[in-house]
Amino acid sequence: MNKLKFYIPVISFFALALQLWRGLYLDPKELPSMLIDKPMPGFQLSTVAGTEVENDDLPDQIFLLNVWGSYCLPCLIEHPTLMRLSEEGEIPVVGVNYRDRQALALDWLADNGNPFAFSILDEDGRFGIDLGVYGAPETYLVDENGVIRFRHVSVLDERVWEEEFVPAIAELRGQRSSDE
Amino acid sequence: MNNRIYSLSLAVGFKALLAGFILLLSLSGIPGAVAQVDTFEFDSEEQQQRFRKLSNEFRCPMCQNTNLTGSSGGVAEDLRREIHRMIQDGLSDAEIEQFMFERYGDFIFYRPRLRAETVLLWFGPPVFLFVGGFVAFGISRRAKKLSEENTELDGEQQARLKELLDNKV
Repeated sequence: MNKLKFYIPVISFFALALQLWRGLYLDPKELPSMLIDKPMPGFQLSTVAGTEVENDDLPDQIFLLNVWGSYCLPCLIEHPTLMRLSEEGEIPVVGVNYRDRQALALDWLADNGNPFAFSILDEDGRFGIDLGVYGAPETYLVDENGVIRFRHVSVLDERVWEEEFVPAIAELRGQRSSDE
Repeated sequence: MNNRIYSLSLAVGFKALLAGFILLLSLSGIPGAVAQVDTFEFDSEEQQQRFRKLSNEFRCPMCQNTNLTGSSGGVAEDLRREIHRMIQDGLSDAEIEQFMFERYGDFIFYRPRLRAETVLLWFGPPVFLFVGGFVAFGISRRAKKLSEENTELDGEQQARLKELLDNKV
C-alpha cells in the first residue's frame, strides 16, 4: 500500500512529462478543417469562364478542389503538378478562384495553362469562408458524393501528392470496395 | 543677445524634431495600437460595440497571433465584413460565434468553448493547483506533527547512541 502511494506521484509525473513532451512536436499553426467528412457547402456561383455552376456540376468521382488566385506565388509552384494530374487524367481538378479579379484570373490561366475542369469565381471570398479557407493555396479532396475527406494547406507538389493524397485516395477507394 | 536668439531657435527646432518623431512613431504602426480601418455603418451604438467586441475576440486564421480587428489579412477583412452583415441581419452573438466555429473551429476563439476536447484546457490548471495544494498541505501537516512529537531519546536509546558513538567502527 505504501509502495503504491510512493509510485503514484512518480507515475503521474512521467505521464504528464510524456504528454508535454509530445506537445513540443505539435504544430501550433495547424488549423484542422472543420469540414472533414462533411458535404461541400452549397453554392450557386459563376465560373471564371462565366458560366453558372452549382453543387450538381461537380464531378461525380473523387476530385481535387484547389483554392488559387492570380496573386498567389505558391500557386505557381504547385501549378505543374495540377497540370500533370489533370492532363494525365489521374484526377479531375476543380478550382476556387479566391479573392481575385475575373480578368486577372483569365489572364493567369491563359499565361500558365488551365488544369481546372472549371474554376468557381469567388471574388469577395464569401464561398471561401464557407469552406473555412484562410489563404491560397489550399487543396481539398472531395469524394464522389461531394463529401470533403481531406485538406492540405499550402503547396501541393509531387511529394505532397505522393505522400498525402495518394494514400488518402487509396483509403477512400478501399472503403468503397469493402462496402460492396 | 545673439546667443539668446540662437538658443531659443535651437529649443524650437528641437521641439519640432520631437513632435515629428512622435508623429512618425504613431504612423509606423506599433503593435497593439493598430486597428484596421473599415467603413462599416451601424444602426446603433450598441451594434457598433458588439462588432468591436466580436472582432476583438476572434483570432485571424491567417496571421495567427492577431485578432480580426488588428489583422490586415484578406480573410480577416472578409470575416469582419461577415460579422457586420450578420449584426445587420439581427443575428445574436451566440449565432455569430457558431457561424465562426462551424467554419474555423476552436482555432478562431481566443477564449475556446467548453467542449470535451477543451475540458483539460479549462480545468487542467485549477486541478493541478488543487492537487499540488493538497499535497503541500499534507506535507506541511506531517512535518508539524513530527516536530510537535516528543523527540527526546529515552534511557535505552541514549545508551545505544552512546555505544555507537564510542565504538567508532
